Amino acid sequence: MSTKTTGRKIVINPVTRVEGHGKVTILLDEKGNVQQTRFHIIEFRGFERFVQGRFYWEAPTIVQRLCGICPVSHHLCAAKATDVIVGAKTLTPTAEKMRRLMHYGQTLQSHALHFFHLCSPDLLFGFDAPVEQRNVIGVIKADPETAKKAVLLRKYGQEIIKATAGKKVHGTGAIPGGINKNLSIEERDVFLKDIDTILEWSIEAMELCKKIVKEKLEFFLKFGAFDSNHLSIVRKDGCLDLYDGLLRAKTADGKIIFDMVKPEDYLDYIAEEVRPWSYMKFPFIRSLGKEKGWYRVGPLARINNCDFIDTPLAEKERQELMSLTGGKPINASMAYHWTRMIEMLHSAEKIKDLLNDPDLQGTNLITQGTKQKRGVAWIEAPRGTLFHHYEINDNDQIVLANLIVSTTNNNEPMNQVVNVLAKDYLQGKSEITEGLLNTIEVGIRAYDPCLSCATHALGQMPLQVQIMNHEGKVVNELIRG
Amino acid sequence: MSTNVVTFTIDGVEVKSAPDKTIIQAADDAGIYIPRLCYLKDLPPGGHCRVCTVKVNGRPVNSCTYPVAEGIVVENDTEELNSFRRNIIEMLFVEGNHFCPSCEVAGKCELQALAYRLGLLTPQMPYLYAQKELDATHPDVYLDRNRCVLCGRCVRASIHLDKKNVFGFENRGINMRISVNSNDGLKDTDLTKDDKAMSVCPTGCLVVKRQGYLTPVGKRLYDKKPIGSEIETKTVKS
Repeated sequence: MSTKTTGRKIVINPVTRVEGHGKVTILLDEKGNVQQTRFHIIEFRGFERFVQGRFYWEAPTIVQRLCGICPVSHHLCAAKATDVIVGAKTLTPTAEKMRRLMHYGQTLQSHALHFFHLCSPDLLFGFDAPVEQRNVIGVIKADPETAKKAVLLRKYGQEIIKATAGKKVHGTGAIPGGINKNLSIEERDVFLKDIDTILEWSIEAMELCKKIVKEKLEFFLKFGAFDSNHLSIVRKDGCLDLYDGLLRAKTADGKIIFDMVKPEDYLDYIAEEVRPWSYMKFPFIRSLGKEKGWYRVGPLARINNCDFIDTPLAEKERQELMSLTGGKPINASMAYHWTRMIEMLHSAEKIKDLLNDPDLQGTNLITQGTKQKRGVAWIEAPRGTLFHHYEINDNDQIVLANLIVSTTNNNEPMNQVVNVLAKDYLQGKSEITEGLLNTIEVGIRAYDPCLSCATHALGQMPLQVQIMNHEGKVVNELIRG
Repeated sequence: MSTNVVTFTIDGVEVKSAPDKTIIQAADDAGIYIPRLCYLKDLPPGGHCRVCTVKVNGRPVNSCTYPVAEGIVVENDTEELNSFRRNIIEMLFVEGNHFCPSCEVAGKCELQALAYRLGLLTPQMPYLYAQKELDATHPDVYLDRNRCVLCGRCVRASIHLDKKNVFGFENRGINMRISVNSNDGLKDTDLTKDDKAMSVCPTGCLVVKRQGYLTPVGKRLYDKKPIGSEIETKTVKS
């Protein structure tokens, strides 16, 4: 049957080289015009219900299990919320710095994973390069030295996590009111030995990313670009802070929507919409409403929102990037890669600073105060702002949990990028090639979504694309994997 | 030969013991580990769990209740007996709701440690997913029946060590459960977090509140050495 004259539904299922499981549907009319695009998240998390009835001190360890890539973010965010519950208004320097070290270790490994393992095949070989080359194995074959550094960058971050949380994945380091261990001199010295190399490799990654982007600057600034609001936490003085701060939202052209919002007030500013075709909610800024209130989070939003970065190398890179738009927010999806590398560099700088801080060897680990029934906290996870909200009863049991996960915040932007790219690249095409479909995925990957916050099958998921007519009959099928 | 000493063998190793000991006591003194769950040195034996089953002259017996005797031949660390023990541990896992990955006593839990020691990594039997109650009413402790293995240690410790009577068993068979001496849960009992009963639970069933995860991974009781190694490393008494 011809695919040229009938309306079609294109399904990309699953989207590959992202964390978790999602699919894209694109509905074309008879002339091949894009009628509707959707990015569906078809996995279900039930953790907000799982923790009901459990004790608040269990939350940091239970909830982190919803993700295998960034469990540290959930672990720390839940711990921060339980800090509020146990009345720990200020942590001891050792506790706060150990947690920060854990967090920067995670950001380093997560950003390295995303750039090198998930996205570099597209960036190095082209969006429509042969499938057999367009994967991490292809990168290893083409540039084994860079691939080796990518693996070791990740390893360094993972080892930092192990030294602070007890395990590389799903540790137990952060507890309500503090941390359960410090960093021994021996552990510190192991990391200090390699930190300058890690910094050097982070700079190389930054340069590689910039080189790729600058070679086709106009293309990258336009690819999947659309205006949006930007949301992130910033330090009280406007500095980039991935671990703690107050909430700031800006419009696409840089006007402040709100600023210095405290965690406990988040519901006054953020609301969530449910749509029947996705398990993921659609958050929006209350004052702007559902239609105009959606926003981007993650590295791009953070760099757009902050006034400066307190580490010199990353700050220099931030200034260079922001000079492209005269200091105005950048609204290009592919700028996520650039900003992600700035943050990786920032994390390496922060790790070095912390390793040289004797507070990490302190022994005062836990703070407590007057118990509260409600604890709300946020953190800047690698993929964006993460909200945890718990309420407990008199018996210390959780009676309410609300998690707004980073990728959830980016739900509408990812739908937007699919829409923009479908119109730019698929509209009017009679034949949909694998390379064209990957172009859609490239746009989604820029956001580094963690769809299930649980699973990750690097480049090994099968990709099934079905082209259907109005009656839902499959008229063409493409299977990969 | 002195009448105060009996001599017998465990897995072919000669063991000498006072005649008033049980097999498990004599084995402990000799640095030989017999797996156990409901037995605890400072409590009278319960004989509930059957994990400490050994063969005496070819007959299976509870080593926690069976007295030593001159010349008996005890089999302990055999594939047959360890297979029985594995089955018991497996049944306890699937009858309860044990989520080791997030449990606050993981790493020091005797049930988990026994599973590792006996090579039980994943239950093959179907999980029952039984509805079990969690009693959180007490201000300082909680009783999570999801993790209860009905070992009865808390029952015996409350009676014999604390001279109280906080815990007991109710119902029979698969419906058996630990009960407390109150109609309104633990809060109306005279249990305190300092009671000896609070330190004997082999799992995460009876736990002091707000103490979870204080010990970092790597320093927990069974992180480095398997359960039983504390007995096996003891100097063998001559």
